[in-house]
Amino acid sequence: MADFITLRSDEATQEPVVTLESFAGQSNATAVRIEPGEDARLLLGQLDRISLVEVNFPAYTDGRGYSAAQILRESGYTGELRAVGDVLIDQLAYMRRCGFDSFKPNAPLDDADVEAAFARYPDVYQKTIDGRTPIWAKRHEDA
Amino acid sequence: MYQYDNYDQAMVDARVAEFRDQVARRLEGKLTEEQFRPLRLMNGLYLQLHAYMLRVAVPYGTLSGKQMRMLGHIARKYDRGYGHFTTRQNIQYNWIKLSDAPDILADLASVEMHAIQTSGNCIRNISSDQYAGVAADEVADPRPWAELLRQWSSFHPEFSYLPRKFKIAVIASAQDRAAMRLHDIGLELVKKDGVIGARVFVGGGMGRTPIVAPEINAFITEDEIISYVEACLRVYNRYGRRDNKYKARIKILVHELGVEEYRRQVAEEFAHMKALGLNPPREELARIAAHFATPAYESGLSDDLDRSDPDFALWVDRNVTAHKQPGYAIANISLKPIGGIPGDASADQIELMADLAERYSLDELRVTHAQNIVLPYVKKADLYALWKELEANGLGEPNLDLVTDIIACPGLDYCSLANARSIPVAQKIASRFASNGRDAEIGELKLKISGCINACGHHHAGHIGILGVDRKGTENYQLLLGGSGAEDCSLGTITGPGFDENGIVDAVEKATDLYLRERTEGERFLDTYRRLGMAPFKEAIYG
Ligand code: SF4
Repeated sequence: MADFITLRSDEATQEPVVTLESFAGQSNATAVRIEPGEDARLLLGQLDRISLVEVNFPAYTDGRGYSAAQILRESGYTGELRAVGDVLIDQLAYMRRCGFDSFKPNAPLDDADVEAAFARYPDVYQKTIDGRTPIWAKRHEDA
Repeated sequence: MYQYDNYDQAMVDARVAEFRDQVARRLEGKLTEEQFRPLRLMNGLYLQLHAYMLRVAVPYGTLSGKQMRMLGHIARKYDRGYGHFTTRQNIQYNWIKLSDAPDILADLASVEMHAIQTSGNCIRNISSDQYAGVAADEVADPRPWAELLRQWSSFHPEFSYLPRKFKIAVIASAQDRAAMRLHDIGLELVKKDGVIGARVFVGGGMGRTPIVAPEINAFITEDEIISYVEACLRVYNRYGRRDNKYKARIKILVHELGVEEYRRQVAEEFAHMKALGLNPPREELARIAAHFATPAYESGLSDDLDRSDPDFALWVDRNVTAHKQPGYAIANISLKPIGGIPGDASADQIELMADLAERYSLDELRVTHAQNIVLPYVKKADLYALWKELEANGLGEPNLDLVTDIIACPGLDYCSLANARSIPVAQKIASRFASNGRDAEIGELKLKISGCINACGHHHAGHIGILGVDRKGTENYQLLLGGSGAEDCSLGTITGPGFDENGIVDAVEKATDLYLRERTEGERFLDTYRRLGMAPFKEAIYG
């Protein structure tokens, strides 16, 4: 069983995580946590000093964190992007597609289930920041 | 029509395997019902009053004979021999066992069908004009864009846990046969200076707070539709309220932000997205469009019809629509036999319609949001033979768009959210108006019934709408007048206090009696209501 999953090759950031509100005022903070109602754009000017963004999913049904992740990655953020909270097997693949590269679920996940979830779909229909080639592009690659 | 390639098939097969695994984990107790719920919902599986209900997607309402036959097979093998066609151009089965669901999805996948995203808070099946490709007034066949959107929305990682369900419609005619402006996003394809693009309407919907979608963009070119829709959704997903499910639809957001502000934020997001290359290239649209190419019509066919059989002539007048190709016709099969359940068809009937499509309609059928079936390519010379077979199998009701062609949701007979039954009310109204011949006298009258405020029966958009409410523990029905889901889109107004089951039938009759007395030449019920206003109708109903 895994209570922390990372897809990164570097060490997981251990820095103390501060709230989005206090982050702007703490110039030495490098790790920040975003709650569902908060606007990830507020971080855009400060991305180069951040090594970890935690996006909280208090309930897996609240999908605002997916957009927060996409926005950060589309704006060039390359640090660790961690999904925390009610993170279940069946959301992992979508989260990865939106740019999450580590996961800290409330309840530990079965390693085999995690592996199966990431391997489930052979292809993707959309272009996102994960860089996978969407089906519509593959179809015309040889042409 | 569209056919899967290996990519599409692999995605659907993977979904079947995933769901099989999820069901197994549920049955083993590894998933709680609470955790399983959103997963089964993403596969169209609801827990209803008596059993599981499975909703199968019919993308933009288009089916082949082989697919239709599979729908009949599923009705026979896994249900109690019936399927129910819905206002979302889908089909649902009301008596499904959880343990059968993975096998049903596998059967569907074998004919390039699925139940992906037919429920849950995600982008649902894309709806479209049931006459797409054969309507004389369209600027293009809207289905290639609908298919492009189907693929884009399938397993969309960012938009699979939205605040609420999300419905998109694509049409390509000024005439709106798909209630486009009552969708979360409505796209109307238009031509400007010879270029195809879309008018974009956002924030329509029915339910508790019905709203006709305002126009957000007058013209977005066809190459940018995906990224524009993506921008519309991101603004929604970032804000959309999760605290109150009645305020979570995009219509509330657009309303609360204001159209101007929503439009501005979408424009900002769109400017950013343009750079991301999210739109499939033209070649991909062309690849899809080739599947919808104009069929090889026979030329030189006669437009003459032998109308000597009066019953046939009546059916032709009521249920057959003009086709853009000489010698061909669009045949509507009414699933509203008098006294029947609106939208229901037996396994035998579904299979017969599959056969008829293969024999008479270039192997294609359509499902309409009015819960009927269309054979879009029938040679006029074949109409009589077709009608004979429909007639012999309970599918020949000549009542398209009449007061007996009622849209009704499943209501309290099946649905766990219902306040009142819809089906018996529909049956009583149809029987009353058919028995006294008033249905024919009245002509076009769209009557729509919902068993609760969720409005699956589109009651807001009925020329006459009926809403089931719970009044001190007994079923009660409110009457609405003046709605329309067509290009003259409007929302019905409640007449006043509600009625019991017999009272609502009487009230509908009083309203239509007034119409018959007051109408002027060529006026439909809706037109008379709009001219006279509510007052005289109120007087007639309650006076
Ligand atoms: S309108 Fe209400 S009763 Fe009817 S199907 Fe929808 S949720 Fe159920």
